[in-house]
Amino acid sequence: MSQAKQTANKGSFSLSKIVRNQIFIPIAALLLLALFNLIIDPTFFKVTLGYNSAGDPVLSGYLMTILDYGSELAILALGMTLVTAASGGQDISVGAAIAIAGSVILRVLCGTNSRPEEMQAPVIVAFLIACVVSMLFGAFNGALVAFFKIQPMVATLILFTAGRSIAAWINNNELPIISDPSFAVYGGFIPGVPIPTPFFIAMICVLVTALALKFTNLGLYTQAVGINESSSKLNGLNPAFIKFLSFVLLGLCVAVAGLIKVSRLSSINYSVIAKDIEMDAILAVALGGNSLSGGKFNMTASILGAYVIQFLTTTLYKFNVQSDALPAYKAVVVIILVVMSTPKAREILQSIGQKLKRTERTVA
Amino acid sequence: MNEGSVLEMRGIEKRFPGVVALNNVDFTLREGEIHALMGENGAGKSTLIKVLTGVYHKDEGEIYLKGHDIPVAIYSPQDAQHFGISTVYQEITLCPNLSVAENMFIGRGKGLRRDWKKMNAKADKILQSLGIPAQATQELSSCSLAVQQMVAIARAVDMDCKVLILDEPTSSLDDQEVQKLFGLMRDLKAKGVGIIFVTHFLDQVYEVCDKITVLRDGQLVGEYVIEDLPRVKLVSKMLGKEMDDMSDIKNESTAYSGKDAGTRVLEATSLESNAGIKPFDFYINKGEVNGFTGLLGSGRSECVRAIFGADRVLGGSVSVNGKPVKIRKPIDAMKQGIAYLPEDRKIDGIVGDLSVRENIILALQVMKGFFKPFTKAQANAFADEYIKALNIKTASADTPIKSLSGGNQQKVILARWLLTHPDYLILDEPTRGIDVGTKVDIQKLVLKLASEGMSITFISSETDEMLRTCSRLIVMRDRRVVGELRGDELTQNNIMSTIAGGEEL
Repeated sequence: MSQAKQTANKGSFSLSKIVRNQIFIPIAALLLLALFNLIIDPTFFKVTLGYNSAGDPVLSGYLMTILDYGSELAILALGMTLVTAASGGQDISVGAAIAIAGSVILRVLCGTNSRPEEMQAPVIVAFLIACVVSMLFGAFNGALVAFFKIQPMVATLILFTAGRSIAAWINNNELPIISDPSFAVYGGFIPGVPIPTPFFIAMICVLVTALALKFTNLGLYTQAVGINESSSKLNGLNPAFIKFLSFVLLGLCVAVAGLIKVSRLSSINYSVIAKDIEMDAILAVALGGNSLSGGKFNMTASILGAYVIQFLTTTLYKFNVQSDALPAYKAVVVIILVVMSTPKAREILQSIGQKLKRTERTVA
Repeated sequence: MNEGSVLEMRGIEKRFPGVVALNNVDFTLREGEIHALMGENGAGKSTLIKVLTGVYHKDEGEIYLKGHDIPVAIYSPQDAQHFGISTVYQEITLCPNLSVAENMFIGRGKGLRRDWKKMNAKADKILQSLGIPAQATQELSSCSLAVQQMVAIARAVDMDCKVLILDEPTSSLDDQEVQKLFGLMRDLKAKGVGIIFVTHFLDQVYEVCDKITVLRDGQLVGEYVIEDLPRVKLVSKMLGKEMDDMSDIKNESTAYSGKDAGTRVLEATSLESNAGIKPFDFYINKGEVNGFTGLLGSGRSECVRAIFGADRVLGGSVSVNGKPVKIRKPIDAMKQGIAYLPEDRKIDGIVGDLSVRENIILALQVMKGFFKPFTKAQANAFADEYIKALNIKTASADTPIKSLSGGNQQKVILARWLLTHPDYLILDEPTRGIDVGTKVDIQKLVLKLASEGMSITFISSETDEMLRTCSRLIVMRDRRVVGELRGDELTQNNIMSTIAGGEEL
C-alpha cells in the first residue's frame, strides 16, 4: 500500500524502481533493437501471409524468424537458468547434447534403414527415448559437478568435446533422412496454423516451468543452494542433489530443442547442428540480468533474453553481415548489453536518473 | 579543526531507502587516543565506519583530517588508505589462499614488479615485532582464525596509518590473544595513532579505551571520558532507557516443573564425528537448559554439530525420547524435532540474497517437502508473526536478509528454527557480535522457552551468559569432555579450574 503511494507521489522514485527491476534490461534491449530497425528499415517488421509447398498458410518475415528460432533458445534458457542458479556455473555442452538427442530421435525413427520410406516408430516414442538419453547425459554432467565438485564449465567441456562424435556414432556416421512430411511439423508449421510450431512448444515448456516453480520448491531450493550452500545444508537441503537435478532438467530441455532442430531439416549434420547455441543460451541468462555466479534468478527475464539474442542475430543477418563475421558483431552488441545489465551499470543509470530529476526540480 | 585532533567528522548524514542510518552525527578522534564507538546493532556504528573508509558515500557532512585544511573527500577504500585511515574488520577480509606476506602487501605500492624475497623478509620482521606466530611464506588458510585476524592488523599497522579502525577485532580471539592485541594497541597509541575501537565486550572497553562515543538509532547520544561513565550508565545510554542490572534475569530462571520433567529428550553415547572430537556422552532432559563451555577451539561447536548431523558422524548411538534413531544429515535431526542455530551466522546461517520471509520459512519448508510449497499468504503470515514476536527491525519481509544488521539477522535465523517448533533447540553462540539489548532478549527467550518445556543447549564464549541461563554445564578441553557442573557448582571459579584441569595435572 505505502509502496504504491510512494510510486504515485514521486516520479523519480518510480523511475529508479523501474531501472532497478531485473526485467528492465531485456525489455530495454528489445526496444532499442526494434527502434534501430524501425529507423533503418521499417520493412523489417513486415509479416506476410503466404502458402508453403503443401498449400498450408504460413506467416513469414523477420519477426516470424525471431519467434521461430528464439523459441529454441528460450527452451534452453529455462534449463540453463536453473543450472546457473544452483551451481554458479554454466553447461557448455548443450549444443553437442542437442546433436546427440537429435541423432537418437533419427535413429529410432529410421530403424535399420537410414532412408526409410516411412517412420519405423511413432515420433513420441523417439522423443521420449531422446529425453531419457539427454537426461542421462545431463546426469553425467550433474554428477561431475555435484558429487565430484568439478567446475561446471570444465565438467561439461568433456561432453562439449565428445558429444558430436557420439552423435555420429549413434547413426554409424550415416546421414539419415526422414521423408515423411508429418515429421517436419515440430520445426515447421502445423497444417492450417500460420505460426511456427517451435513457438507453441516453447510456450508449453514455459508453462510447465511456471507451474513447477509455483507448485514445487524448485525455485527456493536452487536459489538457496546457489547463494549459500553451507547454510542450505544445515537447513536440511541436499545441495549436491539439487545441483544434480538442475543438470538433469537441462537435459530435458536439450531433448526438446533437439527434436525441433532435426525436425527442421528432417535430417542432421553432426558438426553443424546447434553449433555455438550454448553461448547464446548462456547469454540469454546473462542478458536477463541473472548473476552468472548463481543465486537469485528471474525466469521471465531469461526467456525474454533468449528472444532478444535471436532478435539481434536476425537483425545482423538482415544487414547481410557475413556469417563468418557474425560472431564479432554480436560480441560487440552483447558486451554492451551485458555490461548494461550489471548491477553497477544500473546503479549509474539510477544516479543519472536522480540527477535529472533534481535539475528538473530546481528549474521548476 | 581543534588542536590535537587527527579526525573530525561533522554533521554526517547517510540515508538508505526507507531508513536514515546516520542523522547529523559528529565524531572526534584525538592523537594517541583509543576511542570506543558503542551502540546497539543498527545504531549506525558500521555505517559511520563505512562512510569514513569510503565504502559508503555520505549524503551530508564533512570530514576533516589532520594536515588537510579543507574537508577531505573519501570516495573509495583506496582514498581512505591514502589518507592514512586503515581498517580491520570483524570478518577477516584477506585472501586465504595467498601467503601471509602476500596478504600483507597486496594492493599496496605501485607498479607490478615485486621483490618477494625482500617482502617476505620484511613481513617476517613485522610479524616478529608484533609477536604474531606466523611465517611470511605460510599460506594464510593454514593459520588459525585468531592469527589471521592478527595478520590483518599487522597489515593495517604497517601502512603508516594515522587512524586505525578496529571493527570487532576481538570476537574470534581468546583472552591471551586479546591481551596481545591490547599491548599492540597501547604501543600504537604511544606513537600517536588514533584508534577507533568497535566492540560489544564492555570489559574490553573499560580496559583499554580513553573515550566513548555512543550512537543510538543513527543519532549521536554523546561523547564521554571513560572515568565519567560507569558501565550501567553506558548500557542505559546505548539502550536509551534506564535498565535494571542485567543480572536480574538470573533469578527468573525457574526450572521446568511439568509432569514429564526429567524425561530424556535426547541421549547420545560415545558420539564421534569427522571434525576431530573425542567420542562423548551427552543427554538433555525436557525443559532443561544446558551448555558446552571451554576455550576457543575446545570442540564445543563440534559436539553439537555431531548431534545435529552437520558433520559426518563416525560412530556412537543417539536416541530421541528413548527411541534409537539414526541421524546422518541435518534433515534427519530436523525430523526428530531438533533445531540448530549455527555458530557462524554469515557462512552457515543466512541465505544472503533471499528475503527475510524466505529465510524465516526455509527450514520448515524443507521439512514440509519439495512438492508442498507454502502459499504466499501462509509465508507472509509466518514472517509477520515472527518479525513481530522477536521484534526484528526490517523495512519489510521482502528485504534481503543481508541488508539487516547482525543482531536482526540472528533474530531471523532464530525465527526460522522457532517456526519449526522444535523439542530440542541448539543455540551455538547466538549472542556473538550482537548488541547488549538483543543479548538480553535472547537470554530471556531461552529461559521462557525452557519454562514451556523446550530443551535447549546454549553455547556462549561469555561465561556470565552461560551462568545466567544454564542449569548444567559440560566442560570441554582439547576436544574432549572433561567435566560437568551443576547447581551450586556453577561458579566462574569452578568453570575456570575445570577448564584448566587442575586435578588432572
